[in-house]
Amino acid sequence: MTFTKTRTAGLMGTAAVMTLLAAPAFAAAHETGACLITKTDTNPFFVKMKEGALKAAEENGMNLQTFAGKLDGDVESQIAAVETCIAAGVKGILITPSDGPALTPVVTQAREAGILVISLDTPFEPADVADATFATDNFKAGELIGEWAAAKMGDTSGAKIALLDLNASEISVDYLRNNGFLQGFGIDIKDPTDIGDEDDPRIVGNDITNGNEEGGRTAMENLMQIDSSINVVYTINEPAAAGAYEALKSFGMQDQALIVSVDGGCPGVQNVKEGVIGATSMQFPLLMASLGIDAIKNFAESGEKPSNSEGLDFYNTGVELVTDQPVDGIPSITSDEALEKCWG
Amino acid sequence: MSDTSQPARKGQDFESTLDASDKKVAQFEHSRRGFMGTVQHVLHLNPTLVPVLVLVVSVLVFSLPMVTEGKFLTMFNLSLVMQQVSIIGILAAAQSLIILTAGIDLSVGALMIFSAVVMGLLGVNLGVPTFFALIAGFIVAVGGGLMNGLFVTRIKLPPFIVTLGTWYIFLSILRLLTGSQSIRSQDIDAEAAALKVFGSFISLGSARITFGVVLMILVFAVLWYMLNKTAWGRHVYAIGDDKEAAELAGIKTDRTLLTVYMSAGLVVGIAAWASIGRVGSISPNAFAEANLQSITAVVIGGISLFGGRGSILGPLFGALIVGVFESGLRLAGLDVQWQVFAIGWLIILAVAIDQWIRKVSA
Repeated sequence: MTFTKTRTAGLMGTAAVMTLLAAPAFAAAHETGACLITKTDTNPFFVKMKEGALKAAEENGMNLQTFAGKLDGDVESQIAAVETCIAAGVKGILITPSDGPALTPVVTQAREAGILVISLDTPFEPADVADATFATDNFKAGELIGEWAAAKMGDTSGAKIALLDLNASEISVDYLRNNGFLQGFGIDIKDPTDIGDEDDPRIVGNDITNGNEEGGRTAMENLMQIDSSINVVYTINEPAAAGAYEALKSFGMQDQALIVSVDGGCPGVQNVKEGVIGATSMQFPLLMASLGIDAIKNFAESGEKPSNSEGLDFYNTGVELVTDQPVDGIPSITSDEALEKCWG
Repeated sequence: MSDTSQPARKGQDFESTLDASDKKVAQFEHSRRGFMGTVQHVLHLNPTLVPVLVLVVSVLVFSLPMVTEGKFLTMFNLSLVMQQVSIIGILAAAQSLIILTAGIDLSVGALMIFSAVVMGLLGVNLGVPTFFALIAGFIVAVGGGLMNGLFVTRIKLPPFIVTLGTWYIFLSILRLLTGSQSIRSQDIDAEAAALKVFGSFISLGSARITFGVVLMILVFAVLWYMLNKTAWGRHVYAIGDDKEAAELAGIKTDRTLLTVYMSAGLVVGIAAWASIGRVGSISPNAFAEANLQSITAVVIGGISLFGGRGSILGPLFGALIVGVFESGLRLAGLDVQWQVFAIGWLIILAVAIDQWIRKVSA
């Protein structure tokens, strides 16, 4: 109780200060206020999401404030941002939670204050902590590239798989893509929320990349030291895939391995076109952002809240397989088509 | 007191008691040091001995067949470890210069990426001739060092605070410049292949020596010469040991410090160029912990965080120790977290040894 009281008092204090500070701006423009809180500004995915949201807000005549954590997992900045948004009296908050459980209390406060909270890209646990979730089906994204890689190989008994994951925290995006890929490839994933508990001998190993080229290259070099006959490489995102390719190239083995990835950033799609990446699953951050802004506008006007996709606890913003080597039975688009709708 | 206890006095004849008295003149105590004392003394004279020993022992342990099944001790893997540590190694050389003056530089990693991004944006995206793109990247790196140095010497701010600030500043600028988007390897090949020259290698048997590794060793060799064989180098040590005393001895401390920060910036620029060859592409998000990793290499390499003591060659071994531990533990099949765990203990051990060695002069 004491905790709650202190917290509420602190919040009201913040609210009072922020209202004073924000009052002139909001009084001047009688626009619907909204907030976008992303994990970081270091990931082009979120940078693009911000651009999309700002554009959609402008088109709808809304006033959008944007916030970001300093790095992945920076919960304090995100909590402070939600508090600021509550104080500013916005109609809706779009948030990509760095740490769902840690943000649940403050998000609940926002909803109690009558604000529509929509989680983008990363669901809360459980998802109904937020009013709605607009996200990529990351398991499906992994499954698509897994199925593609298996179909491309034909006989998968000789597969030697390297799994290049994000980081040691094993967040949901990380295990969903990793395990989706393995399931799509036809491997028993055991615990669907755990990375690295599989015992299939075709898996050479997992390593972490921090989702960038340097990490991807080092991780690939490390796994090649364990088994140099790796012929399937799953990567958490396209920068990691580019790094893995550099490692293979330096070993002169770039033609022996299929590299698959997830994201759909323009440099990644370009790498599909040039044969660096075999296939990638494209997601749609701009769509998440614009759907989110539309939902807030709709909520402000009619009080209606968005609903989930059928059979899922979130609204699926879709995923498309991008490859120039299509296989039967798996719908895909070419890299040229993908370059039209890539982000970043 | 002895006078009263001796009943048979012999008047003023002091000479009769002379034989019994202590005839030694003032001199240093020369007691036996004992084994640990000798070790302490030897390490005090040769602070690089600790990292060299740790490196040798760790290589031997990881080479045991029951630990890594022979995967560790191959020419190929050892040369790979050298490649993997080369960038942090060069940054550690820059960091050493600052730490020798009793400072610390949290901005080296961000400045390196900033410099590399400028090289890439100009050389690849804007089509500026590679030579000028490189010059611009070096101007950024040396300018960043100069900025740190000016705040430290002119406004007298602590280096920790200055570089904490510039770390954030450099990071934000480079993210704004790039939208956090990488510059692709294939685009660099097409537009400005010379940016990647340090990724090329020569093969010696199964070992692969990249130009980046050669560059790292060259950087350390040049800095060793400058620190040990030039007046500037002695001034750097003197300032780190006791800035006031150095000033009283007639050293222009602020001017020397400024040159130290600019030299560190230059070395950061070299690291930036080398990093493009090592990674292949230019990523604004890579090397996020490079500042801390460079400090780790310096500390494990036996350079004192209190300044003025330690060999510039130490951080080279420090960086190699980290690389050997990471490779060895991984090939031994241990979880990634155990590498982090081991590095943590190495840091504490290294500083504990440094503190122990310092007591020799007390």
